[in-house]
Amino acid sequence: MTSTRAPASVPTALGGGGAVAPGAPAHGVLPAAAAPAARRSPAAALVPLVGLALLATVPFFAGEYLQDLVVKIMILAIFALSLELLAGTTGLVSLGHAAFLGIGAYAAVLLAPKTGAGSLPVMLGLSMLCAAAYALFVGALSLRTRGVYFIMVTLAFAQMAYFIFHDTKLGGGSDGIYLNVKPGLPDVLDLQNRNAFFYFALGALAATYGLLAALLRSRFGHALAGIRVNEQRMRAAGFRTYGYKLAAFVLAGALAGLAGFLIAVRDGFVNPEMLAWQESGTVLLMLILGGLGHLRGAVLGAIVFTLLKELYSSEGWVGPLAGHWQLTLGLTIIALVATMPKGLMGLPAQLRRRPRPVEAADDD
Amino acid sequence: MDLTTFLIQCLNAVQYGLLLFLLASGLTLIFGIMGVINLAHGSFYMLGAYLAFSLAPLFGPQFLVMLVCGALLSFVFGYLLEWAFFSYLYQRDHLQQVLMTYALILVFEELRSLLVGNDVHGVQAPAWLAGTIALGDRMTYPTYRLFASAACIVIAIGLYVVVNRTRLGMMIRAGASNRDMVRGLGIDITRLYRIVFAAGVALAALAGMIAAPLSSVYPGMGGSVLIICFVVVVIGGIGSITGALIASLMVGFVDTFGKVFFAELSGIGIYLLMAIILIWRPEGLAKRGA
Repeated sequence: MTSTRAPASVPTALGGGGAVAPGAPAHGVLPAAAAPAARRSPAAALVPLVGLALLATVPFFAGEYLQDLVVKIMILAIFALSLELLAGTTGLVSLGHAAFLGIGAYAAVLLAPKTGAGSLPVMLGLSMLCAAAYALFVGALSLRTRGVYFIMVTLAFAQMAYFIFHDTKLGGGSDGIYLNVKPGLPDVLDLQNRNAFFYFALGALAATYGLLAALLRSRFGHALAGIRVNEQRMRAAGFRTYGYKLAAFVLAGALAGLAGFLIAVRDGFVNPEMLAWQESGTVLLMLILGGLGHLRGAVLGAIVFTLLKELYSSEGWVGPLAGHWQLTLGLTIIALVATMPKGLMGLPAQLRRRPRPVEAADDD
Repeated sequence: MDLTTFLIQCLNAVQYGLLLFLLASGLTLIFGIMGVINLAHGSFYMLGAYLAFSLAPLFGPQFLVMLVCGALLSFVFGYLLEWAFFSYLYQRDHLQQVLMTYALILVFEELRSLLVGNDVHGVQAPAWLAGTIALGDRMTYPTYRLFASAACIVIAIGLYVVVNRTRLGMMIRAGASNRDMVRGLGIDITRLYRIVFAAGVALAALAGMIAAPLSSVYPGMGGSVLIICFVVVVIGGIGSITGALIASLMVGFVDTFGKVFFAELSGIGIYLLMAIILIWRPEGLAKRGA
């Protein structure tokens, strides 16, 4: 049985660190970054690995449609994971995350060599670097603000990036721009190939998940969680919280750039709508739907949101209702919000606690 | 740019700013008092515009009566909406409310498409407002734009009186500065929330109705205006109506003159303004409690 109620125990964990000298924070005073992995049963810890193995078999049985859908979900999952580091772990809710996705995608197109294919590692690196650079700029300025103001400043910077691509000739204006030749590694990896791209995206997802999972268990991840719970106390314990937050922001930006790179290479086309605020809103919704504060919640949210949207907009499943997918999706989200206060990840705990009185269920 | 053109642009800027103020004042009240980040606020603006589209033929020249009726209808609508979708969300994380308002956007857009269709419509200004007024020797200015500014000013004054001179207004101001204390003092916060939410919806719908003859009525019109409203609210300082007024006029001027001087980059102007102001004063112009 796993418990997902980590935050409740965190303040006490931090309170125990009162004796730690400033400037020399010990590992032990820091709260668990994600859901308490240590208390998770070994079987539950295997879930990501099993999922990965199952995903790897998809190209063997899936048709084109299903495989493309899985690729779409994997890329969105990377994007959602990158925001989870900010919103879920560090408590920095950004409504401008699509800017980094879009900049990564535009970099993959605009910096590609005019003739011939670009080298995959170089192009990937450039994409992530550009996204990270913009994240450094945005983060350095916006981290001065807090809460709702932070949400709005990140939105403002994303809108600026959106209008730069939308209104100037830099990236083909509002029509977008095409990527002529997809990057690759000669004789090793050809991303034009459907299966090769699938495994490349899968590898990117696994790397992102693995990196973040390791990070959350590290001192850095615990510090970020501490900032989410009580930044004042973290500063009192000798952490330069601004630097930690900025590092998280830049890393999240770079990972969003990775997702953007994958989209640009998959479609061979980018347009400014990738940076629109609706995209930032959608990825935030995936996180909330899945349950903030869990890496697997981010992945789950991306899966469920994409599948719901796909289900409601395909005529094969819902018949003539397909034309009105916004209505059905909207009503479903309302129902999910009304019934699941902690997102999908909180559902098992919620079901277990159902028999208890209502007041007890409201304690957090 | 000669003086008359400059004057006309100033009038445009003021008119746009005042319209934004109507929208933003509702948003800042809901934001500041209930702590709800209401993404569906743009939908209420759209609701108002479509109300004007469907009511205008019925009322004919009685445009003012139509505005009042539309505002009352949307107040009732907002009251019911709060009861049905928000009343049980206040104890939860704010992000849950965001998710709810996002879902409402989807539902409203689709209902709009089912009820009215996806065509772009125009709304005729009533005959007595359809003319123009001469400015200088060669320039004219549409009467309806002046009417729109005047109507917004009247509503703004009404809002000022309600917020600063009545018991309800006192509760609203108290709620904006310290929600928990208001609850602690035994004020029926549930009812206050419901009224504030309904008033916010009515203000947004009023803005939509007034804007309808100026811009056409089209699908997705709420989305573009929503973000600008958030910009206004945040520049002004959350929960502050005075701040929203100053901020909306600033945004009106920056946007209008940005389009005149830097056509290509005009979209960036207001966001640049917001970023600069927030870096200078991280909690907006009218910092609460200061």
